[in-house]
Amino acid sequence: MRFNPLKSELLSSLAVYVGLAVGLIFATFPVVWMLFSSLKSNTEIFALPPRILPKVFTLTAYESIFSDPTKIRFFINSYFVSGMVAFLTLIVAILAAYGFSRYQFRYKKLFNVIIISTQTIPPITLLIPYFGMVVFFRIFDTYLALILTYMVFTLPYAILLMTGYINTLPKELDEAVLVDGGSSWTALWRVIVPLSVPGIVATAVYTFLLAWNEFLFALTLTKSMELRTVPIGIQLLMGQHAFEWNEMMAMSVLGSLPLLVLYLFAQRYFLAGMTAGSVKS
Amino acid sequence: MAHREADGALFATAVTKNGRRSHKNSRRGAALPYLFVAPAMALFSLLMLFPMAMVFRYSLMDGAILRPDSSFVGFRNFREIFSDEIFWQSLGQTLYFTIMSVVFHLLIGLTFALMLNSSRVHPMVRNVLRVLYILPWLFTAVIIAIIWRLILDPNGVINGYLIALNIIDFKVEWFSSPATAIHALTFVNIWAGYPLYMVSLLAGLQGIPKEYYEAARVDGANTVQNFFYITLPQLKPIITSIALLDFIWTMQVFPLVWMTTGGGPIHATEMLSTYTYKLAFTRYEFSLASASAIVIFVLSMCLTYFYIRHQRSTANA
Repeated sequence: MRFNPLKSELLSSLAVYVGLAVGLIFATFPVVWMLFSSLKSNTEIFALPPRILPKVFTLTAYESIFSDPTKIRFFINSYFVSGMVAFLTLIVAILAAYGFSRYQFRYKKLFNVIIISTQTIPPITLLIPYFGMVVFFRIFDTYLALILTYMVFTLPYAILLMTGYINTLPKELDEAVLVDGGSSWTALWRVIVPLSVPGIVATAVYTFLLAWNEFLFALTLTKSMELRTVPIGIQLLMGQHAFEWNEMMAMSVLGSLPLLVLYLFAQRYFLAGMTAGSVKS
Repeated sequence: MAHREADGALFATAVTKNGRRSHKNSRRGAALPYLFVAPAMALFSLLMLFPMAMVFRYSLMDGAILRPDSSFVGFRNFREIFSDEIFWQSLGQTLYFTIMSVVFHLLIGLTFALMLNSSRVHPMVRNVLRVLYILPWLFTAVIIAIIWRLILDPNGVINGYLIALNIIDFKVEWFSSPATAIHALTFVNIWAGYPLYMVSLLAGLQGIPKEYYEAARVDGANTVQNFFYITLPQLKPIITSIALLDFIWTMQVFPLVWMTTGGGPIHATEMLSTYTYKLAFTRYEFSLASASAIVIFVLSMCLTYFYIRHQRSTANA
């Protein structure tokens, strides 16, 4: 078999570019459709034959969200809960990571197994006892119930990420503090933490997003409108105004904003958090 | 997903035990490291070990949570679950959904990674496309569900295009007809999940030493041989660990199903998670739900065992 090398080169390049174009449509069409549907009127979304770009751009969907205190509350709740989860997780995780990174102690291996297996425990399995516990401790339908239960899923990643990061910092740094008469505590907060900012940012981004996306616990452990987060808010909208698609798409755009912004402006940290460990360094 | 690096990380100091340092630490008392890890371990005990013990206990009782006088009934709840046809149907559907998702995640993720990594692609095009191909990953399950409910609506854009192109002649009810619902759901999950593979495999591809391919070229290997004898074996550890994690997480799927089909129509998309959720929170059969939740837990832990073993073996390699 003899190929014309130039021709086969061209054909392969063409094949790759066609493949990339098909992939692009597959990956982005739903997102494009969401974005433009949020800028259309409800009747135009279902126009036949379908049109991607709106004939008339309208911001009514966004206006109606921003004029409804209940919907604004969903966003406030999500930002508050996710922010608190990220903050509290970080404090607990930094302490634990420092312990893991700098000390040998009995049960370290056991703790490690607990941390790793927590990541694969099905949320639905924990939900049932959580429901019992939350009712028993009278924290059903409170922020506290959400923040505490989210932490069990954010902590393992946070501890592993932070331990990995602190391991990269030389131990001589701590020793210098100890020689100067400081304690491990001062070494951690005065030296290690300031040097760990990139690791802390990656961990914070990742835990924030885990909390932002959570659905099952928010659905079950809260019930009043004042405490609902964005995912649950969208679900409720779906039930109530099943035909106001432009508004639901606008909610979706706004609900995806933190992820898009964090991804675009902190891509390095974002990917570090999302893929750490699955890629061999 | 933080394990590979971090799993190694927790043990890193065990290997490089430094005499000077450990001497100093031992003088400072054995309690110090425990103080650092105490808050984390307190939370894990309260929110993981204790609840797991509770759910095991519930699964062996009748009327758990609801009745103060509930008593132990042995494995009766498990027998009841195992004699429920819907349970087995849910298990089968969960496996179908999970296996299809993992296989197509891998195929699509690998294809995209290879195309992006191709020397034929201009670096600028590559960078732009990489960002765009990751998009599905940036949406939370509820939002993915609602976007696709709009797109796959009987009057929606997909049916619109398919009718315009004469591929179908009636409005298919993708999510609400028993024949299509599970496939539509699986398709949506495939769309939502491939970027993790793509990102990881792309990084893996860039880590394969160029010399391997040069040596193969000298030996006269073609593109296909390169792929099967160099690329694939080099990517295998990444593929195994992501596929195992993906399998575990996909098996636990809840929000996507809940927000698209709710397990319907007539249980056609019922998954173990929605089956369990309905037992607990629509029928208030917490004991039966606990038994079913334990089944999901045991399945997950079996896979987790393989996952941890795989991580250990690659960390030591």
